Amino acid sequence: MSLNRDQIAMRVAQELQDGYYVNLGIGIPTLVANYVPNDIDVMLQSENGLLGIGPYPTEDQVDADMINAGKETVTAAVGASIFSSAESFAMIRGGHVDLTVLGAFEVDQNGNIASYMIPGKLVKGMGGAMDLVAGAENIIVTMTHADKHGNSKLLNHCNLPLTGVNCVKRIVTDLAVLDIKEGAFHLLERAPGVSVEEIQQKTAGQLILPQNGQVPEISV
Amino acid sequence: MRGFNKVVSSYQEAMAGLSDNMTIIAGGFGLCGIPEGLIKEIENIGAKGLTVVSNNCGIDDFGLGILLKDKQIKKMVSSYVGENAEFERQYLSGELEVELTPQGTLAEKMRAGGAGIPAFYTATGVGTPVAEGKEVKQFNGRDYILEESVTGDFAIVKAWKADKIGNLIYRDTAMNFNPMAATAGKVTVAEVEEIVEVGELDPNHIHTPGIYVNRIIQGSFEKRIEKITLAKN
Repeated sequence: MSLNRDQIAMRVAQELQDGYYVNLGIGIPTLVANYVPNDIDVMLQSENGLLGIGPYPTEDQVDADMINAGKETVTAAVGASIFSSAESFAMIRGGHVDLTVLGAFEVDQNGNIASYMIPGKLVKGMGGAMDLVAGAENIIVTMTHADKHGNSKLLNHCNLPLTGVNCVKRIVTDLAVLDIKEGAFHLLERAPGVSVEEIQQKTAGQLILPQNGQVPEISV
Repeated sequence: MRGFNKVVSSYQEAMAGLSDNMTIIAGGFGLCGIPEGLIKEIENIGAKGLTVVSNNCGIDDFGLGILLKDKQIKKMVSSYVGENAEFERQYLSGELEVELTPQGTLAEKMRAGGAGIPAFYTATGVGTPVAEGKEVKQFNGRDYILEESVTGDFAIVKAWKADKIGNLIYRDTAMNFNPMAATAGKVTVAEVEEIVEVGELDPNHIHTPGIYVNRIIQGSFEKRIEKITLAKN
């Protein structure tokens, strides 16, 4: 069985460490906030100028001045700080954010990512994604392994315009967890009941299996 | 302190001098922290051929989006321009020029512009369409592109509190791009929720020092929310 959106988020949440500052993109990455392990503390960064995103507000707490990067109403967590967009991107570009999780249309075996633009369709813009992928040491991409027609999104070379180059280190898809290094995808884990053959078939880029041939199942 | 009194009593005074083909830098993120009344005044003045530098372009009937229907904007410099049907129509038909700019680069362009720095190198956008036509230089083995800063004929910002000499304090995430925008205008106009006497604001808590601000007007804000999301239960 492939992982659903929440299970992908649960697997990403296993990468969180106590004391991490984390930026979560829109979509599946946002769900990661629901699965932060109870025994650790993380601080979520919102690129519009909030470090320490709290829960959604109650009706009484709703405040137009308090939103996240997805323009949703939020609250500030205990210990939060609020600052300008320049300060926000100083911490992003300066490499101070420990982990960035974002979605993508395509990723290739050299760690290039395409996530903001499909030529011929309306271009809405990159927002902060180019800054995030250029600034973070530690980037996890969440995506489905293949599109709805079965075409792989893990490629030799991205076809779409790039958001960033040589930056993605780890991918969590509905089928597998993979690392990117030395110009190849390295298969680390597979979704429960998903065969290595299916992952091979749906990975267009170069895929390297563990030396012992054993690919453990993702536990979520 | 009379020479420093920057309070104006009408929107006409606040935006006096705006004319066709000017560049306007605007604070705000989505509809959060936008100078609503100053934008309406730009609509009233009817200036055309404007270049607007702002993270977003409002929605069809609110915020900067209202300047689209009379085609007042020639060019937008923004990081994200979804949620706006008229924008989409003008962009796809070629009536509106759009320079998509990464959000951090946009903030830094304004900050550098206000600080007298004409350009800066950044890793953001290297190897992407954003880098096309830009100088690439290596520092410590990594590639960076040269990005030019921006300044405007006008900067329009929204703050929470001001004193009469233009010291500004923002509130919550309505701060966003406003502090950088405030530094980057030849004429900077702040629309605020409350104007207090000089001396009432703690100097330690000022976000934007009054030196950057030329005019202050007391506004009344609708503060429309794009997405109301509530806690479950």
